[in-house]
Amino acid sequence: LRKNVEDFTGPRERSDLGFVTFDITADILNGKKCMVFFLTCIHLQSIFDWNVKQLFLYLSAEYSTKNNALNQVVLWDKIMLRGDNPRLSLKDMKSKYFFFDDGNGLKGNRNITLTLSWNVIPNAGILPLVTGSGHVSVPFPDTYETTKSY
Amino acid sequence: WPGSGGSRGGIAMDLFGDLRRMNKRQLYYQVLNFAMIVSSALMIWKGLIVVTGSESPIVVVLSGSMEPAFHRGDLLFLTNFHDDPIRAGEIVVFKVEGRDIPIVHRVIKVHEKGNGNIKFLTKGDNNEVDDRGLYKEGQNWLEKKDVVGRARGFLPYVGMVTIIMNDYPKFKYALLAVMGAYVLLKRES
Repeated sequence: LRKNVEDFTGPRERSDLGFVTFDITADILNGKKCMVFFLTCIHLQSIFDWNVKQLFLYLSAEYSTKNNALNQVVLWDKIMLRGDNPRLSLKDMKSKYFFFDDGNGLKGNRNITLTLSWNVIPNAGILPLVTGSGHVSVPFPDTYETTKSY
Repeated sequence: WPGSGGSRGGIAMDLFGDLRRMNKRQLYYQVLNFAMIVSSALMIWKGLIVVTGSESPIVVVLSGSMEPAFHRGDLLFLTNFHDDPIRAGEIVVFKVEGRDIPIVHRVIKVHEKGNGNIKFLTKGDNNEVDDRGLYKEGQNWLEKKDVVGRARGFLPYVGMVTIIMNDYPKFKYALLAVMGAYVLLKRES
């Protein structure tokens, strides 16, 4: 996994805006029960059984700041229908949504944790939220970037 | 067979005949039966409200903003436990201040302070942008008080009945009339 991180003050609300690029390698196999996320292989029950309509996958960043004890920001999401290719191999992805903090807590923040989770949408029944194990820590630098290179 | 015959008029005459033949006691009895059924139904609903902690534990999806997960007419079962934290990825049903319509969308941003104050942002899976345009003028975040509940379970299509009743009120009255007539007139043998 390679991370390329910059950080500058965003236009609205004057809060910190972070940029993260990431790779996602996820293997949600039907029969083989193996999921590989950030080079960690976890054995799971076969997720796509007859009662699973789709999975809503999302990558979220979780961190703590002076302003807020807990922050969670969804950076990227994807809908995976039953029958879609269960292997994801996405490289150098930019986040889908702006990674704004509520305040200026990204500068110098060493401990941003990225995790991949998914919401199982059944044909009928319970709607569980599952977090994949395996997570990555992303540190932000101490200074702001002044060039807009996104 | 007096009063009966193959025709529709024959059956209607049967019903009115029944009504006239019932004496006052039987009528009161039937009305009490009916009232009991209505009360039981209300009690079950109130019980659900207490058990789930949500003011509206069962909601019908009204729009396509969460497709392909939920479609118009699907039924959602909610809980709203006070100690349940609001986390990114959860599907919440909320009401915008001043508006009555519940909206079913997903939480995409959470900022929680040490004292438990939470503010969060939502977005429909099928929408391009987040819900800031749906919130009140000047409102940028939702808070716990705006939440009706969290979606825990789901049944497809079943809620269509409610939508049809809303869109075609005549259907609703017809249904109520049929149900009322059935309960009032059925005899316990």
